[in-house]
Amino acid sequence: MEYIVQQVLNALSFGAEYALLALGLAIVFSIMGLVNFAHGEIIAVGGYTMVAFASLAIGNPMIVMVGAVLAAMLASLTLERVAFRPVRKADPTTGLLTAFGVSIVLQNLFLLFVSPRPIAVTSLYFLDWSIEIAGIRLASLQVFETLTTIIVIIALMLFLRRTVLGLAVRAASLDFEMVRLTGIRANRVFAIAFLISGLLAGLACIFIMARRGSVDPHLGFEPVLKAFVACVVGGFGSLPGAVLGGFLLGAVEVAMLVMLPQSLGGMTDAFVFMIVAMILIWRPDGILSPAVEKGDKL
Amino acid sequence: MLTIQDLHVFHGPIEAVHGISLEVEQGKCISLLGPNGAGKTSTISAITGIARSTGLVRFEGRDLSRDSVEARIAAGIAVSPEGRRIFSNLTVLENLTLGAALQKDAAEKAKDTDHWFSLFPILAERRDQSAGTLSGGEQQMLAIARALMARPKILLLDEPSLGLAPKIVRQIFDLIADLKTRGMTILLVEQNATQALKLADYAYLMSSGRIVAHGTADDLGKSDKLMAELTGVA
Ligand SMILES: Nc1ncnc2c1ncn2[C@@H]1O[C@H](COP(=O)(O)OP(=O)(O)OP(=O)(O)O)[C@@H](O)[C@H]1O
Ligand SMILES: [Mg+2]
Repeated sequence: MEYIVQQVLNALSFGAEYALLALGLAIVFSIMGLVNFAHGEIIAVGGYTMVAFASLAIGNPMIVMVGAVLAAMLASLTLERVAFRPVRKADPTTGLLTAFGVSIVLQNLFLLFVSPRPIAVTSLYFLDWSIEIAGIRLASLQVFETLTTIIVIIALMLFLRRTVLGLAVRAASLDFEMVRLTGIRANRVFAIAFLISGLLAGLACIFIMARRGSVDPHLGFEPVLKAFVACVVGGFGSLPGAVLGGFLLGAVEVAMLVMLPQSLGGMTDAFVFMIVAMILIWRPDGILSPAVEKGDKL
Repeated sequence: MLTIQDLHVFHGPIEAVHGISLEVEQGKCISLLGPNGAGKTSTISAITGIARSTGLVRFEGRDLSRDSVEARIAAGIAVSPEGRRIFSNLTVLENLTLGAALQKDAAEKAKDTDHWFSLFPILAERRDQSAGTLSGGEQQMLAIARALMARPKILLLDEPSLGLAPKIVRQIFDLIADLKTRGMTILLVEQNATQALKLADYAYLMSSGRIVAHGTADDLGKSDKLMAELTGVA
């Protein structure tokens, strides 16, 4: 029983991380048609912010966490301004290349000005201890991660349904020009999408850092790769799809970890991607493709 | 109220409108007629700033031609665009809420929503339904109501009757007539010349990016040019 609950929580916390990052990718994609490959570097910015706090001997975990999230949001907003705004009207390939370029530039900045080697960050270890709920031992970090993600998803849902700007973000995924024709400034819609994306990356960063305890220039690469897969599985550009894809991917990954024999342990990802491929054969546009969501007749 | 002079409209390198001038007076319904590809939608897009243009677009004495789309909407221009372009992934109510995006006063917004819901009971019935599930006629009404939620000074209507059944077309034109009697200034783009001329105080006939005739609805209705242009029989 304990083992099952532990593995379910394991799957939920994996899924939560992917869902946070996938949502960040999806919200930008939905309005810009752009896969933001620099998303991983936003996570790294959060990580390096923690390093900066440590070197300033600021250990207050509240300050470290809030600071990292704010830094990620600021970085995301800055990218929108300096890199993506100029190519907003360009064709999608240009946007994609810009995102790749930004990603490479940022990684090299980290390499040059910080360090190519991992830097330890210990200020978040306190998040991870063993707790006991109803006689079952659980990792607190996983509980926090799952709960935080659920709260964030609910908050995001409320924002997207209850505020004019939130409605505009949803509408912009369908017809950005028409949103402008209601008088809402396009720049505000882009800014809020990148802010939310940065916020989600910053939150994910806290949990990634608490688990890994160190940051290097490639910190965000693997998580964002997984989030990208989650988006594809869920239906690219669909926000519910991103959440569904994230949790599904977490579940499949943990199921593989649990079920594969020791000898195949190193092949988990291969099996995970095989299952992803099978899902995509069944639903080539992802499970909740945006077209379905918008009520288009397919 | 709205003055357009020597307007050229471009889509990329293509010039779709070659220097037209027209005038919409306060409280009047002006109709812009013409066959497919005449440049009517291009003209509307130039007024809202969506399409690149040269020439003068003056609204209430102010030159808008350098202003952004958003600024022009804020100045009091609202559009029910060609193809309706309702937000089909949002509910009916959410569509109206977005229409009033610049209205900061929640109470006024609620008042307007109630007002348009009372005028369009069918929309009220479906307020929480996804707008994509509405019929074509209902979507057209939603597009007009969404534009009106902004409390515009001028309403631009681009082919509101397109693709609708005769009964619905009548409803739409009745609505436009009603708006007119309430004092709304309207620029009505139509291919349905007979209906449009019944409503319009003044009409312009466009063809191949130029205005080829204009006059009061009566004059233009009697002109051979109109029928020739619209039916393609010269
Ligand atoms: N986005 C665009 N890109 C390139 N050319 C365009 C674009 N929009 C319109 N055009 C061209 O500009 C000309 C005028 O088109 P416009 O849509 O303004 O005509 P219209 O009078 O509204 O026609 P309809 O009655 O069919 O709506 C056409 O030749 C059309 O092909
Ligand atoms: Mg047109």
